[in-house]
Amino acid sequence: MSRVLLLQGNQAVVEGAIAAGCRFFAGYPITPSTEIAEELAKQLPLVGGKFIQMEDEIASIGAVIGASLTGKKVMTATSGPGFSLKQELFGYACAAEIPLVLVNVQRGGPSTGQPTSPSQGDVMQARWGTHGDHWMIALSPSSVPECFDLTRRAYEFSERYRVPVILLMDEVVGHMREKVVLSDDYENLPQPMRKQPTCKPEDFLPYDGGEDGVPAMPPFGIGFRWHVTGLIHDETGFPNGSPEATVKAMDRMYHKLADHYDDIVRVEEFKMEGAEFAVVAFGGAARTAWDAVTMARAEGLKVGLVRPITIWPFAQKHMEKLATQVKGILVHELNCGQYVGEVERAVKGKVPVFSYGKYDNEPATPAELLAEIKKAMGGVK
Amino acid sequence: MSTEALIDKYFRPGRLPHIWCPGCGNGIVTGCIVKAVEQTGLTRDEVAVVSGIGCSSRASGYLDFNTVHSAHGRALPVATGVKMGNPKLNVIVVTGDGDCTAIGGNHLIHAARRNLDLTVVLFNNSIYGMTGGQYSPLTPFGSKATTAPYATIEHDFDVVELAKAAGATFVARGTTFHAQLLTDLIVKGMQHKGFSLIEAVSACPTSFGRQNKMGGPVEMILWQRDHGVMKAAWDKMTDEQRQGKFPIGVLHEDNSKVEYTVAYDYLIKKAQEGKK
Amino acid sequence: MKTELRFSGTGGQGVITAAIILAEAALLDKKNAVQSQAYGPEARGGSSKAECIISDDAIYFSKVTAPNVLLAMSQEAADKYSKDLKDDCIVITDKLFVTKLPDVKNKIYELDITRAAKNELGKALFSNIVALGAVVGLTKVVSEESLEKAVLNRVPKGTEEKNKKALQVGRDLVK
Repeated sequence: MSRVLLLQGNQAVVEGAIAAGCRFFAGYPITPSTEIAEELAKQLPLVGGKFIQMEDEIASIGAVIGASLTGKKVMTATSGPGFSLKQELFGYACAAEIPLVLVNVQRGGPSTGQPTSPSQGDVMQARWGTHGDHWMIALSPSSVPECFDLTRRAYEFSERYRVPVILLMDEVVGHMREKVVLSDDYENLPQPMRKQPTCKPEDFLPYDGGEDGVPAMPPFGIGFRWHVTGLIHDETGFPNGSPEATVKAMDRMYHKLADHYDDIVRVEEFKMEGAEFAVVAFGGAARTAWDAVTMARAEGLKVGLVRPITIWPFAQKHMEKLATQVKGILVHELNCGQYVGEVERAVKGKVPVFSYGKYDNEPATPAELLAEIKKAMGGVK
Repeated sequence: MSTEALIDKYFRPGRLPHIWCPGCGNGIVTGCIVKAVEQTGLTRDEVAVVSGIGCSSRASGYLDFNTVHSAHGRALPVATGVKMGNPKLNVIVVTGDGDCTAIGGNHLIHAARRNLDLTVVLFNNSIYGMTGGQYSPLTPFGSKATTAPYATIEHDFDVVELAKAAGATFVARGTTFHAQLLTDLIVKGMQHKGFSLIEAVSACPTSFGRQNKMGGPVEMILWQRDHGVMKAAWDKMTDEQRQGKFPIGVLHEDNSKVEYTVAYDYLIKKAQEGKK
Repeated sequence: MKTELRFSGTGGQGVITAAIILAEAALLDKKNAVQSQAYGPEARGGSSKAECIISDDAIYFSKVTAPNVLLAMSQEAADKYSKDLKDDCIVITDKLFVTKLPDVKNKIYELDITRAAKNELGKALFSNIVALGAVVGLTKVVSEESLEKAVLNRVPKGTEEKNKKALQVGRDLVK
């Protein structure tokens, strides 16, 4: 059986988390993500899970790392300045390969910025916010049903690849209400599982990636007694400062995601058949783009939409291919132009790449974006 | 159990020698922890050790338990998650004076307030050792440090009073000179159902001792002997007699507050019965 | 068929709840609906704007660009949102708060929403439900049955009858 509900994006994230088996949440109140904490405070105890409001954003991600080590599926959620604070231990989760889902309902920045306004200003922070080279996954939903689906997918990726996953939301999607059809019985949905060791505890190498580069992760307390550290470590999990061990560890963490590009990087196309010009937009901005592209097509313009659902790892192969299909690309995002730089890097000047960044606290209207599309198409020879 | 047998049982093969300097008190405190675990009868699988960053926090890597060497100041939040995720684990937090009371100070007071069943062993050597001798919130007023070349003008915390005020339900202090007492205090802390903090006064001859002309390891450990006063005797001393000294032993115990994971189980039951 | 509605007023008047209920009623009618809002940092007072788009087709852009219905429950809202209205947009104002009508050619319904809530139901609290009764009475954007069902799904237990009456009071205002 299923239920038809009118839910906010933030509420759909909560439903997706419960459905995926999330049983521990630690957070700190911040607009516009607070509803996620409030709703999980209500719902987690009902399924035997736990919610804790920690003393700050850093402590919240610290607590979810701890709970993840005991085998729990975990979540923390934040916005704006809170995302900056979480970067320290997000890096720890990358280094120690701790599965967790971090929801960032973006808001205008920098600093306190525009707390209740839509923005996609954290695209690059999601990728490079913590110090040092590191690899992670970020997904960006464009609708309320997709908030549910991508939250579940975030757990799938996080558990499958032993990596922290960012659900990169924005206020448009987080706070809008929309129809979503949910199953009455989440227990029948497939539950993402972490790889478990098949060897005896005394033979266990906690950071041996095996064939797919993803180490097994037994929960604390069942006999494996492994060591977790943010220092660069070798297969044993203990610190190893040698150049060889460092390169080996970094390469494995890179390859465990890079080698699974086709699984991880999801991109949706809309009206791309015969398109000579492409709009690239994601998250809440894609909603404008769907309408703008439809309007353009109605006027006979051969325009399509390419919507990256996976924001990181970057859709390199998709964008390289796109550069061979169209005569020009317009990247629309709710910031001063972040993702566009990545598109330019992939396109390598083969076709012109235009940027329509919007940062005035309002999403662009379809008419505004259509005007930008026409302007850009006028510049394409 | 002999020292050799304790090492064989509780220290990870191949991880020793440790990185600590000759004369450092951290080895003694770490030894007290494993002796305490031995006395509680817990298996190694039932114990998790979560540490922060700093000299003392390296202890987690040597110990054959479920161990986390977390980030600077963050041992308590990570330990909070471990304990809530699996309340059956006996969680020991290994932390230093800078880790616990400076960068982790906010976490300390809130963990104490919640009364979550964690046993914090605070290695207090009065200095940031790993970064080469800077002053911490527990560096005594007027001491020298590389960042206090003219002596500190900052007043130090009394971490025992701080933990008590924040709501910790078991607070104790020992020293590396009073190692047997320290072991007993850690045992009591582990057996206490609630948040416990044991301050372990430890010597850092390399950084603190050298900068403050405290002498070598022997002189520093004798300083602990001469300045630590058992609680019973301390209670009988005048303010004048207490000058420059500090009490050791169990300094605060309160068994009236419900422990956090126990309270959480009630909360779950209440929620599932449809009450608010 | 796509209808865009903008409900505006002061924080605490319940315009966001009204928009949510309307969107839920649309789902009960098997239509698509998207609801969003904008608000300041104040929990009470301050301006409040809620939007609802109802359509038989998929709805992509989630904000109202050209409303078919503007409900203004405060003077500030009436002044702020009455600019650039489409010709066919109807304007509904609450007589108690909107004393100076916007200077537009649009059809304006001046309704005593809050006063009726106070007089007929004893509390201004019901003004948002009265307003919903009036909006749906005028526009038929959702069915009366679905609206009532959606209202009853949302309101606290024990207030069902009062809320049903509030809908009727609203409908009567536009008879």
